[in-house]
Amino acid sequence: MDVTCIICPNSCRISVSRPEGGGAPVIRGAECSKGISYAIEELDNPVRVLTSTVRVEGGTHRVVPVRTTSPIPKAKIGDCMKYIDSLAVSAPVAAGDVLSGDIAGTGVGMVATWTVQKRGRERE
Amino acid sequence: MKTMEFDVAVIGGGPAGLSAACAAREAGASSVVILERDTELGGILRQCVHTGFGLRVFREDLTGPEFAERLVKRAGELNVAVEAGSFVLSVTPDRRVRASSKRGILEVAAGAVVLCMGCRERTRGSLAIPGSRPAGIWTAGAAQRLINVEGYLPGKRVLIAGSGDVGLIMARRLALEGAEVLGVVEIAPYPGGLIRNVVQCLEDYGIPLLLSHAVTAIGGARRLEWVEVSEVGPGMKPIPGTGRIVECDTLLLSVGLIPENELSRAVGIPLDPRTGGPIVTNFMETTVRGIFASGNVVHVNDLVDNVSDEARIAGEEAAAFAKYGPRAVVRFLEVIPGERVRSVVPQRLAAAGQDTITLDLRVTEPVEDALIEVSAGGGRLAVYRRRRLRPGEMVRIPITRAQIDSVPWDRNKVYVSIRSDGRVG
Amino acid sequence: MARGDPDRTFDVVIVGGGIVGAMIAREISRYLVKTALLEKEMDVAGGSTKANSAIIHAGFDPEPGTLKASLNVKGAALYPGIAGELGVEYTQSGSLVVAIGEEEAPVLEVLLERGKRNGVAALEIVGKDRLFRMEPGLSRAAVAALFAPSAGIICPFRLAIAAAENAVCNGVRLFRDCAVTGVVLEGSRVKGVETTRGFFACDYVVNAAGVHADEVARSAGDDSISIRPRRGQYHVLDKAHAGLVTRVVFPVPTKVSKGIVVTPTIDGNVLIGPTAEDIDDKEDTTTTEAGLADVVTGAARLVPGVVDALPPITQYSGLRAVEKSGDFVVAASPVVSGLVNAAGIQSPGLSAAPAIAEMVLEILREQGLKTPPNPGFNPERKTRRRFAVSSDAERDIAASARADCGHIVCRCESVTRAEVVDALRGPLGAVTLDGVKRRTRAGMGRCQGGFCTPRIIPIVAAELGVRPEDLLKNEPGSRLLGGATKAAGARDGGSEA
Repeated sequence: MDVTCIICPNSCRISVSRPEGGGAPVIRGAECSKGISYAIEELDNPVRVLTSTVRVEGGTHRVVPVRTTSPIPKAKIGDCMKYIDSLAVSAPVAAGDVLSGDIAGTGVGMVATWTVQKRGRERE
Repeated sequence: MKTMEFDVAVIGGGPAGLSAACAAREAGASSVVILERDTELGGILRQCVHTGFGLRVFREDLTGPEFAERLVKRAGELNVAVEAGSFVLSVTPDRRVRASSKRGILEVAAGAVVLCMGCRERTRGSLAIPGSRPAGIWTAGAAQRLINVEGYLPGKRVLIAGSGDVGLIMARRLALEGAEVLGVVEIAPYPGGLIRNVVQCLEDYGIPLLLSHAVTAIGGARRLEWVEVSEVGPGMKPIPGTGRIVECDTLLLSVGLIPENELSRAVGIPLDPRTGGPIVTNFMETTVRGIFASGNVVHVNDLVDNVSDEARIAGEEAAAFAKYGPRAVVRFLEVIPGERVRSVVPQRLAAAGQDTITLDLRVTEPVEDALIEVSAGGGRLAVYRRRRLRPGEMVRIPITRAQIDSVPWDRNKVYVSIRSDGRVG
Repeated sequence: MARGDPDRTFDVVIVGGGIVGAMIAREISRYLVKTALLEKEMDVAGGSTKANSAIIHAGFDPEPGTLKASLNVKGAALYPGIAGELGVEYTQSGSLVVAIGEEEAPVLEVLLERGKRNGVAALEIVGKDRLFRMEPGLSRAAVAALFAPSAGIICPFRLAIAAAENAVCNGVRLFRDCAVTGVVLEGSRVKGVETTRGFFACDYVVNAAGVHADEVARSAGDDSISIRPRRGQYHVLDKAHAGLVTRVVFPVPTKVSKGIVVTPTIDGNVLIGPTAEDIDDKEDTTTTEAGLADVVTGAARLVPGVVDALPPITQYSGLRAVEKSGDFVVAASPVVSGLVNAAGIQSPGLSAAPAIAEMVLEILREQGLKTPPNPGFNPERKTRRRFAVSSDAERDIAASARADCGHIVCRCESVTRAEVVDALRGPLGAVTLDGVKRRTRAGMGRCQGGFCTPRIIPIVAAELGVRPEDLLKNEPGSRLLGGATKAAGARDGGSEA
């Protein structure tokens, strides 16, 4: 597969593949070792930090921003979004509050990244 | 009218304002106030729920709100006063700042002022895209606020015009929220935003990026029904006959950001037409003494970490100005952008203050195997090599006090230009 | 009076809530006449009234002897008083018709003569020196100009909304989202109107339906009117360039129009336009690439600095209701008794509107309408001075009385939260985002709502008691949003801004 490296502004176009029957991956186009590691990770197990919002009941805002505490497999993004969309939390929610200890079986947690107060108290 | 006195008044409570205010306090300003027009601090960070913030400042990959939260907390610890919901109406050259708030008109007499008003988005009107004026046309940043702060989707079938970072990030955000993102249309032959965002926001979600294309007409009587997308030729002019209709209910525009300098202009601060922001020294001081500026009000940055750096300088220098008065500077060298350089910040350099000054450059076009040359009076001060430069990514190069000092006394200009050892494109 | 449901039975029904209908409604409200104002859209002032040059013309342009000529001059004279009563900002800026090159100069004499015959006061031709002192931004090719000090500038939609509101306060019933589908007759006499909201009984119908006035007349069997829209496109320039001109600057007129104008607006922008394109579609208010380019070319011919004032902040296009006669038609229908047409009100319709209203009232009286004075009539409209035009001392006092008078929600136009809330309340409250925009200017500035729209949506939703996702930009079908995120449980009214 072809990967555009995002490690630095050079943005190397790296071609990475694994020979049939296994063995060390074949990499072309990487200009540094970080690029090589990135390409291999993109080939074997691409991961992303997922950020979104979760619905808040009774808050000053109807949603609170959230993130996974570490990267999750790219292939799991859809499952995680389904969970996130189904979730609703009650205000107040504070930045750092753990909203899930293990999102969609990834073993990764999800936290709020901003504070939403209860409606009708602090802001006019 | 409530009158107040502060060593340093910071206009704007986004990343630049918060960083500048904290830096001013840390540098010894006894009283610092942030005047913020919104009801909460954080500025644009509040709606940037994605990660990518703070890799240099906090050595962590934070989301925008998390980055803001840390700055807000730090400002609290440092007893920075905050006037939220305060909209600054005017600033005078003798540093009196007037704002409207729920408590009426506030007047702050400040020892120094730091302008941190950020930027605004280019609109459909500034592009003069012809057609009808239906609902469903948003700037990308407004849509970002709607989705991430208010919790509403701008629409369901979306085309994005312009591949600026906000547009790319919104493509992913909309896709995650279940909207159909038809593609991103970019008038230039290269993407406007960071490559990282092209990869992680478009390629990850299979969203097409259409380079050298532009939206050339808008249709739909009440809600947007279609846009016309045309190929552009030389000079980025649409090629007649290449238009095709794309049915969509929403158009997001991510076609450029404009430093918000109405206040600066009213004070009489000269602006750099290349950046749209005030001309600043390496102390981040504008041409009006005691008025400093940092962040996107000076020039549009692509990383908040860069904003923090320059805001820190602005805050420290503002604190020093309030305490000790103006710096005695023997001469300023004027920085002149040369070949392939669209803009340089700061525009005026003194061999004083920092040991190393960072020059932020924007290139006019993509350059491969670039040689960046800083010269003065025929002599080279410094040369830097870079593998690839892109207009969407700010180029940062250091220049030392010694290098500035080495410029002959009969010279007052420094040139920055870029040559290419390889092909361009 | 016609009989039936008292809530649907009126002496007079006015069809169309543009500036003409609104002014007529206000004029009639001086008398004890049961009147309904019917507007097909969700708000008044949404047609040609919102998309014109926003100029009160002095009146030297129309041919002497036409209704345009007499009503323009008469109407313009009424403006200072009416604007004051309605609390709508108005400036008598004066206007200049500028001759570019000696060959255009003779036209100025013709216009001067015409103006004198029309009764326009204080017209004079000014030579180069004085002209450039008056307007330093004019093209160096300018040789002389016709100066009309009585011309002015105003915001036509704020004016129309104010007039309609004042009419409502004085007893006129306003029905919005109520399109007239036909005039109903009994013999050759008006009996009422059929609408999308049912039948309204009335003795008199005033047809102020703008580009649709011919259709309304035809529905009553009156074929005397024929209207073809003439489209005009405009650019609005940033307030940073307010110094380009201080008076309305016209080129010498062409056969079909007064040409492409460069004019200051009452709110501090510069407006350039319009084109003059005869089209067939009465709903086609689109802009075109060619039209917008013509506007810039035409404006730059008068004021070359226009080119440096680009990019513009927005564009719009509006339709002039051109009647086949070329003149206004303000008359009792030749075939239907009880029907009064106020049709073909193209430029200078805004200028003439107050005089048209007086004339329509006279015609109604001639037709038999009884007009005992309305003892409760109050010509003054209660207004709060807008933040944008207040002094800091006034702003301070306003905020100490009501906190949200100091809370700015639209940064470009300095609109307060209080102004947004008030626009949604009151006798003629807005029900759409554009309604708020036209009352307050929120969203009309250089960022075109990028900052304020997401912040105003929750305020509008809360005030109107609707879900944000159901809010309209202007008309049914113009929903602003595509829905709520995490919509499964979306029942909240949005954040508290």
